[in-house]
Amino acid sequence: MEKEKLIWMYRQMVRIRQFETKVSELFAQGRIPGFVHLYIGEEATAVGACANLRQDDFITSTHRGHGHCLAKGGDMKLMMAELFGKETGYCKGKGGSMHIADVDMGILGANGIVGGGLSIAPGAGLSAKLRGTDQVTVCFFGDGASNQTTFHEGLNLASIWKLPVIFICENNQYGISLHQSKHQRIADVADRAVAYGIPGVVVDGNDVMAVYEAVAEAVKRARAGEGPTLIEAKTYRWRGHFEGDPTVYRSEKEVQEWKERCPIARFKKHLLEMGILSEADIEKIDAEVAEEVEAAVRFAEESPLPKPEEALEDVYA
Amino acid sequence: MRELTYAEAVREALRLEMRRDPSVFILGEDVGKFGGCFGVTGDLWQEFGEDRVRDTPISETAIIGAAVGAAATGMRPVPEIMFCDFLTVCMDQLVNQAAKMRYMFGGKAKIPMVVRAPVGGGISAAAQHSQSLEAWFTHVPGLKVVMPSTPADAKGLLIASIRDDNPVMFFEHKLLYPVKGEVPEGEYVVPLGKADVKREGSDVTVVATSLMVMKALEAAEKLAAEGVSVEVVDPRTLVPLDEETILASVKKTGRVVIAHEAVTRSGFGAEIAAIIAEKALDYLDAPIKRVGAKPAPVPFAGVLEKYVLPGTDDIVAAVKEII
Repeated sequence: MEKEKLIWMYRQMVRIRQFETKVSELFAQGRIPGFVHLYIGEEATAVGACANLRQDDFITSTHRGHGHCLAKGGDMKLMMAELFGKETGYCKGKGGSMHIADVDMGILGANGIVGGGLSIAPGAGLSAKLRGTDQVTVCFFGDGASNQTTFHEGLNLASIWKLPVIFICENNQYGISLHQSKHQRIADVADRAVAYGIPGVVVDGNDVMAVYEAVAEAVKRARAGEGPTLIEAKTYRWRGHFEGDPTVYRSEKEVQEWKERCPIARFKKHLLEMGILSEADIEKIDAEVAEEVEAAVRFAEESPLPKPEEALEDVYA
Repeated sequence: MRELTYAEAVREALRLEMRRDPSVFILGEDVGKFGGCFGVTGDLWQEFGEDRVRDTPISETAIIGAAVGAAATGMRPVPEIMFCDFLTVCMDQLVNQAAKMRYMFGGKAKIPMVVRAPVGGGISAAAQHSQSLEAWFTHVPGLKVVMPSTPADAKGLLIASIRDDNPVMFFEHKLLYPVKGEVPEGEYVVPLGKADVKREGSDVTVVATSLMVMKALEAAEKLAAEGVSVEVVDPRTLVPLDEETILASVKKTGRVVIAHEAVTRSGFGAEIAAIIAEKALDYLDAPIKRVGAKPAPVPFAGVLEKYVLPGTDDIVAAVKEII
């Protein structure tokens, strides 16, 4: 892989980490309303997947969608402004964290319904097929969503019609508070691919290169008209399900063990060893991203609130 | 003018729009070679092929979800749900996804799709194949709701719905499918949000939807023989609703009966009654009357079903109560 791409991937992971860390602080200070679900710890999955995509490819995201949006090319300023409920935000303050979308960038929306994207993604795939393009759709969802109706119906439809969809299960071990061992009998969600006659692949979701390679294969297959793939990325969310979640359902030891497998630290080590980046380069990237995040916060803070009556606009086209 | 059945009129609208616009396609259960559960898609499969008249598994969630995803990315899907009762298994895709995506995304998406679904009882199909659930969807901002009562309206309103950039719920009454009527040839568009006065009268207004328009016209004929002049107003689309035409008629007659086949309680008639009470109360010479199904699931046996569902005689009786 070219050096530029590796550096791009590293930068995207740092952008997600710093953005989410800042959102956590702002939320604790009461400067962001509603509720937010953070992606810290899972950065390698979104970045490894989206590194394979073109701007005209699609993704469907989840309630934990900030990482997907940034990795697919979403604008950090517009994201932050949306989290603040400002008029300049992606959704003009009408969507918030769970509904950020950028259709022009192929981001068909975060989704407040667990498994929501699993029904929509095959439609985007069908659309590409009917329009005769080679666009692919990546559908991100969690282990919790793999028990929804939409999982079965979506994968079945995509498989019978050989739709260009890559289903990526981010198995972060918990469906809200319930450990995977208590919400399904199988250890690997990827095992379910057998039921649809499609490839099922398990990857280390904290290894950005492993995710990249698995998704590359699936994208190649999809663009060639050979149909969907189910990829399960084993990962972990460092924060609770939502900010403020007391996380009584897991041990501090478990969290620490996963923090030691930090996807960013791991990739950084790899890039340093390969001589792709120096310590000075790393510091520079970190500082540039920190400034980008600060600029996004300033943009959000300085932006106007929407006018109340704008609440009635955009209901219909 | 040539006559078509209601089902043929729906098919003609689909055919014309599919010829005109390559982004229009049909998906649903048994809509292809089989021709649709009620034969509505008929031979479209022969002309447009299996890609554009697309048989799906029995997976309503996947059907509507796929339509939403396709609509958001440049297509104009027209999914068919075999019975409106089955919309209950894809409510998330309709209510949380299709209806709200544009709004949640700050107006930066459009979801042009038309969900066709047959409503209504009268064929001993029992409780899970006979409902009229249109009111549920009128309660959700972001959806449009259309209910044609004649073949011509079915054609004109379906063409308008397919060209609309919003998700539209298009409810066809299964007893109307074989009903014949004059239908204009070629390009014929009935705009959404425009009611139609199906019969003019001066004593009482009957606002009726779907099959109940036919029943209201029958009731009007019977009442005319008794010297009562009934005006029948068909809203044709419930969202957007042509309040103006309804209110103008009520102001003229001073009396109103609202008739739909759905259960009376919390049916769309309650909304129309409230609008009339808010905006034309001073013009009323009698209480507003509602005619609808009794509060029970639709039963199987003909004698039971007939008791629960409203008919012509119920409209006649309601009119007589207020004149």
